[in-house]
Amino acid sequence: MAILVIAEHDNAALKSATLHVVGAAARLGSPIHVLVAGSAAQGAAQAAAQAAGVAKSIHVDAPHLAQPTAENLAAQVLAIVQDGGYTHVVAPATGYGRNVAPRIAAKLDVAQVSDVTAVVSPDTFVRPIYAGSVFATVQAKDAVKVVTVRATSFDAAAATGGAGQVESRPAVPDVGRSRVTGQEIAKSERPELASARVVVSGGRALASAENFKLLEALADRLGAAIGASRAAVDAGYVPNDYQVGQTGKIVAPDLYIAVGISGAIQHLAGMKDSKVIVAINKDPEAPIFQIADYGLVGDLFEVVPQLTAELAPR
Amino acid sequence: MKILVPVKRVIDYNVKVRVKPDGSGVDTANVKMSMNPFDEIAVEEAVRLREKGAAAEIVAVSCGAAACQETLRTALALGADRAILVESDADLQPLAVAKLLAAVVAREQPQLVILGKQAIDDDSNQVGQMLAALLDWPQATFASKVEVSGGTLVVKREVDGGLETVEMALPAVVTADLRLNEPRYATLPNIMKAKKKPLDTLKPDALGVDVTPRTVTLSVAEPPKRKGGGLVADVKELVAKLRNEAKVLS
Repeated sequence: MAILVIAEHDNAALKSATLHVVGAAARLGSPIHVLVAGSAAQGAAQAAAQAAGVAKSIHVDAPHLAQPTAENLAAQVLAIVQDGGYTHVVAPATGYGRNVAPRIAAKLDVAQVSDVTAVVSPDTFVRPIYAGSVFATVQAKDAVKVVTVRATSFDAAAATGGAGQVESRPAVPDVGRSRVTGQEIAKSERPELASARVVVSGGRALASAENFKLLEALADRLGAAIGASRAAVDAGYVPNDYQVGQTGKIVAPDLYIAVGISGAIQHLAGMKDSKVIVAINKDPEAPIFQIADYGLVGDLFEVVPQLTAELAPR
Repeated sequence: MKILVPVKRVIDYNVKVRVKPDGSGVDTANVKMSMNPFDEIAVEEAVRLREKGAAAEIVAVSCGAAACQETLRTALALGADRAILVESDADLQPLAVAKLLAAVVAREQPQLVILGKQAIDDDSNQVGQMLAALLDWPQATFASKVEVSGGTLVVKREVDGGLETVEMALPAVVTADLRLNEPRYATLPNIMKAKKKPLDTLKPDALGVDVTPRTVTLSVAEPPKRKGGGLVADVKELVAKLRNEAKVLS
């Protein structure tokens, strides 16, 4: 009986979340198979086979899997699962995994356990509810467990050191009722928000898109990714993919610097597992100070440039 | 075109949720309940599609206890034309709700189902995708823009790195993300009018759906509280502490 991991990748390479999912899968059982469904995705399939703990990378290649719709990806996963032998289907709890996993679970007529943060046993999981203000321990009764896992809660499997084989399988036909017709993906030189070691986030107090440049200078100094509160995204200062929080990205960097963020529970849900939290806010009563390791009360427009200067190479 | 809008009754988002002393669940007694905020966005989008002439009728549906009638009345006050309560006191899990909704879809034959991307109580983010799978319909999750022309649906969706546009043939399922719209407030005249709109009640048995739970919640607990470390006086002290105490800067 095996574990099937659905890889998130961009065809050329695996997304970092995938290695964390492999890390979580190792706690569920073995052998671990990783499905890389894509187009010209040999690179990602090879990478999956080399990850520590992976017995086999299943590579399926077809043009309609290049940027697959949930319909096509789910159909492909089902074809693999129905060949039999899987006790678990595991995907990252990212936009990619959240989109497709429930479709697979419904087709298998099994429950899904979403956003798992700890594995108690192969059928029992811990997951956050109510924006992470409560954690539930849940036992799944179905024969096949469909699970999405929170990448930041599990150590990544080593990217190399595995000795898995790449096995090619035929693609199922294009379902054809829907297609992806466009993408607006921001290109950035900065690290990926969800996996960055340092994150600098801005809130409503930044007051404009222009002022986010202040954070860019600081982030460049630290090699950090830039995030934002929901308020800053809703105000249009930065695009939606910057959002950290319950309904945005969950991050757990070594250092999280919250600038002009008051600390609504929905935001805290997305960053409170960070190792060290710094808060900069002019309101000494802001809730963010209750969880910050280091709080600095002050005007961000003075403090942030000072901080950037202080971090200049000596 | 008929639009079906499933809505869920949840603990109001402003309420501080408390775990029962025995750890068996969350205390819902005497707590303010509201419509799941993402479902409110779904209702608003359906109403806007009707206002643009793209939809003729909006049917709100909720699965749960009799008290879900209040949530349905809210949907009616926001502009839904009629409502259906699938009444059950059971613990309705996402797969069961998706099956109940699929049965309602079979009776009502809508061309479009719009619902919130997730409910803010269990944060599962499953029902829309499961419903689409059970119906064999295409799905557009995490929608931030919805356009209907003829039999085609064009949706901008929020994905990890930005936005993605998907195009699909109706019928389809859309799940609403935060930035799809800003829901209107129900006006007093509309709240009064909503009391007279039709609200039918069905039972899961009548829909032929087995709602037996597939997962068991063994316990719930509050996470350990993270404690703040206090304030620093200035940037120099902050940087010194990050370097020497926290050791997160080189």
